[in-house]
Amino acid sequence: MSQCFQVFKSLIRRELRLAIRHGSDSWMVVMFFVLVVILFPLGVGPEPAILTRISSGVIWVAALLSAMLSMDRLFQSDYEDGSLDLLVLIPQPLELLVLAKTIAHWLTTGLPLIIVSPLLALLLNMEASGYGVLLAALGLGTPTLSLVGAIGTALTLGARRSGVLLPLLILPLFIPTLIFGVSAVDAELTGLPSKPQLLILGGLLLAALALCPWASAAALRQASE
Amino acid sequence: MTDFSGKDLTCIRGERVVFARLTFSIREGELLYLQGPNGSGKSTLLRLMAGLLRPVSGELLWNGQNIKEDGEKFRGQLHYVGHQDAVKTALTVEENLNFWAEMSGVKAREHTVRDALNTFSLGHLATLPAKFLSAGQRKRLNLARVCATSAPLWLLDEPSNSLDTESLIQLKRVITAHREKGGMIAVATHDELISDSNTLNISEFTNTKETTLEFQL
Repeated sequence: MSQCFQVFKSLIRRELRLAIRHGSDSWMVVMFFVLVVILFPLGVGPEPAILTRISSGVIWVAALLSAMLSMDRLFQSDYEDGSLDLLVLIPQPLELLVLAKTIAHWLTTGLPLIIVSPLLALLLNMEASGYGVLLAALGLGTPTLSLVGAIGTALTLGARRSGVLLPLLILPLFIPTLIFGVSAVDAELTGLPSKPQLLILGGLLLAALALCPWASAAALRQASE
Repeated sequence: MTDFSGKDLTCIRGERVVFARLTFSIREGELLYLQGPNGSGKSTLLRLMAGLLRPVSGELLWNGQNIKEDGEKFRGQLHYVGHQDAVKTALTVEENLNFWAEMSGVKAREHTVRDALNTFSLGHLATLPAKFLSAGQRKRLNLARVCATSAPLWLLDEPSNSLDTESLIQLKRVITAHREKGGMIAVATHDELISDSNTLNISEFTNTKETTLEFQL
């Protein structure tokens, strides 16, 4: 058991170290997120009322797209340099390794998105009461995106034009998270309780946590064949 | 006495029979040479032995027990060296090696990792980012990974590729030492690494008309 934990820790540490050494990758995801959000006021016009109305939806959709953009980093480089074969051969459950990689991926891409989101909420004139719920919803929702996205990334390893195939596969699976993420913030802004939506987001996260590593691991074994 | 064997292995890749009814056995201290022309299935057989590929028929036995029964335990017994070197260019030489040592579950002691690096004359490069390594040095780093933690079975796919004469001598020394400790090795290579060894000629099991027909049906 302690060995499991040791391996889990080593893998997360290596992934974080790699992410820090390739620092620009994380920055690019955050910059993409910020830019997409900034495009909206330019596109729909600067009326504060309209921006307030669409703020939570825009932030969520932009977060979804940014998460999408960073997804290919999860297994692609390990697949290309042969590390994936060796990871599959580690005498520990592959599901555990997938979970470690996904957690590291969320820490380096999901977490930065959450950190800059209040700034974007300000930019879109969101009412102050929505900030807390927005952060909570993103905190519960983005790990789900990483977990579900891992399945798609693992499935498209070695596929031609996987960059196009990946969104087609996993964007539909992001829809539940999007719906409840947006409606949690909207509920709070209109004075309704946002707890039910947050609970559902938490439920989705738990379900993804329980199921996704197994699906991703199966897809990885397939890819290493 | 440990032994590793395969019985009646058949492998099909992309609707083509790579080999059929292949049987092999490696015992303690033995080295098995995989011989055959390019594309005859040497790498495929090594991946099959590692459990990365599954045979269409036949079974792989570790001490008489099918490797599927306790995959994790079997994976703990082997080191696999493939065509790719699995080197992360952003990490230093030592970090690369440390990572794989930790992942094999052996508590990586600093000196074992150091020793492994020195075995392949990489000690002086320990703190260098791996992106500055040449192809041969990367290969040596990948081979050092095998020495850093102990496992009885080594599966080496063209380990001598891009190695210079001196590294080749080091590799031979490492292989001999591993066999003396009772280790088992299966190796696909075009270099004569060790002369007193069993040879498995894969082309004997490939593309025979009979087997192709049989598996088409």
